[in-house]
Amino acid sequence: MDLGALFGSFDNFLSFTIGGLVFGAIYALIALGYTMVYGVLQLINFAHSEVFMYGTFAVAWTFIFLHGTESASWSLGKALPILLVALVAAMVMSAAIALLIERFAYRPLIKKGAPKLIALISAIGASFALAEAMGLRDRFAGWVGLKDDLADYVAPDKARDVFSNPVTIEPHKLFELGGYGVTDVDLVIIAAALLMMVGLDQLIRRTRLGRGIRATAQDPESAALMGVNSTRVVQLTFLIGGLMAGAAATLYMMKIGSTRQNAGFILGVKAFTAAVMGGIGNLRGALLGGLVLGVMENWGAAVFGSEWRDVVAFVLLVLILLVRPSGILGESLGKARA
Amino acid sequence: MLLEVEGLCVNYGHIEAIRDISFGVEEGTVTTLIGANGAGKTTTLKTLSGLRKVRAGKVIFEGKDITHLPAHERVKMGLSQSPEGRGIFPGMTVRENLFMGAYTRRDKPEMAVDFDRVMGLFPRLEERIDQVAGTMSGGEQQMLAMGRALMARPRVVLLDEPSMGLAPKLIAQIFSIITEINEQGTTVLLVEQNAAQALKRAHTAHVLETGEIVRSGTGAELAGDDSVKAAYLGGDI
Ligand SMILES: Nc1ncnc2c1ncn2[C@@H]1O[C@H](COP(=O)(O)OP(=O)(O)OP(=O)(O)O)[C@@H](O)[C@H]1O
Ligand SMILES: [Mg+2]
Repeated sequence: MDLGALFGSFDNFLSFTIGGLVFGAIYALIALGYTMVYGVLQLINFAHSEVFMYGTFAVAWTFIFLHGTESASWSLGKALPILLVALVAAMVMSAAIALLIERFAYRPLIKKGAPKLIALISAIGASFALAEAMGLRDRFAGWVGLKDDLADYVAPDKARDVFSNPVTIEPHKLFELGGYGVTDVDLVIIAAALLMMVGLDQLIRRTRLGRGIRATAQDPESAALMGVNSTRVVQLTFLIGGLMAGAAATLYMMKIGSTRQNAGFILGVKAFTAAVMGGIGNLRGALLGGLVLGVMENWGAAVFGSEWRDVVAFVLLVLILLVRPSGILGESLGKARA
Repeated sequence: MLLEVEGLCVNYGHIEAIRDISFGVEEGTVTTLIGANGAGKTTTLKTLSGLRKVRAGKVIFEGKDITHLPAHERVKMGLSQSPEGRGIFPGMTVRENLFMGAYTRRDKPEMAVDFDRVMGLFPRLEERIDQVAGTMSGGEQQMLAMGRALMARPRVVLLDEPSMGLAPKLIAQIFSIITEINEQGTTVLLVEQNAAQALKRAHTAHVLETGEIVRSGTGAELAGDDSVKAAYLGGDI
């Protein structure tokens, strides 16, 4: 097959591939949250998309707080100090939201032994409530008397409009790869995502904590008999998923620069797709699924036109599941071996 | 008494799985609970480990009331269990499974001592130490479940039907290992369908019938009891 002809030129092919990897890395980080919770509870945490969305706002808020509201265009190097603070803020914010979801939308139901379907509906409810709360943040700001300048930053009058980070991060070309200029932003996103995934993978495989999580995923009652605190393990999986989503939110804001109260939806669906494609419950599957999805949909957009991106993504999901019903890597978190 | 159960009642919804059960486990002994299918033996052990909610009654361990203590805390106190159906972690290796048994412990050197002890009791596990547990035979999995329970270095180990589904030769072996475990100083509470073997090994025995203790005595007494013989021993021993 002549890739050059298909994509216009071979350079284009590379550029679409790397662009796809960048988004794929972000999908993968979000996908971890779905896959971890599924591995331990066999539940789809539908509200995980909001965990990500709150992280994106934390990033924009951090820049507004530390820089101000006037627009600026910075290099990655100049933005780095604030970006690191934003990363911490987003991870804390997303982790907090994830823990709230666990505490109020899941734990009471699990304690009562509610069917999985009920937990799913509870999560959908939590998802809408969280998204709408973000969309109504101007009202909340008004209620608590936040009427000064700060209120404008945090909650502009049209809270449902696109909300931008005042600081745009200008990518700089680092080197050429077959005619495509790889930028520092692209590289940082891919490297950061890979680093976090490898770190998490090692945590799950090598540490005592990870053994507790794997044991609970494989047999919760036996895990309790070994002295594993299952409530703590469930909390921990939500926490880890939240931290990863916060990191994804930071990378996303580096690349895209703006967000909305419904920004979680499409990314959540994509990340969930990536998790299912890779084999839900499987950490490495989430990584693989995310990268494959990101690259394939970008190729699809290149070949058929960008309006076909999502069509390609979901057709791909269906095709992969038809051939491999349990995803590309299949085996679950529970069966992950050391 | 190391472990005492007083007037224990456990329900599943409206079904009373066990009703007003009382018994004790003396330190250093083998105590057995025998009874037919559905008598409530597993429920009793799960309740002792903290996996089932108590409707009424008390569980006392080393003088402390642990009735409402969460399961993971009880392991730390020295109460471990090899559950019915083995409950091994299928995706972990034999070694990882064994060390899951020591999950609450931090004393690495002492854990190594117990690991050697388990290897001594179950040489078969040593041969298969890096095998994925889910691929082991039923009998090997049973040994693994027992070894794993011992890795907690428990004061009392609860064994739920360790002979279930095993070949006769292996059953004899498992029972002699139970005696050996006890002689090494671990108190044993044994639940069994194989009443003949269990009574032969037990210092104290209780018969459970539809959620109630209907007979208690030494192993030898119950082995000689006519009604026990008729109901559980098929007349011969
Ligand atoms: N999770 C459950 N939900 C509802 N009823 C249960 C549950 N577990 C056990 N029971 C019921 O409680 C009763 C006691 O069960 P249990 O498992 O304790 O019996 P057992 O003596 O261990 O039997 P076996 O020798 O067959 O293992 C049975 O009538 C059983 O049907
Ligand atoms: Mg039973």
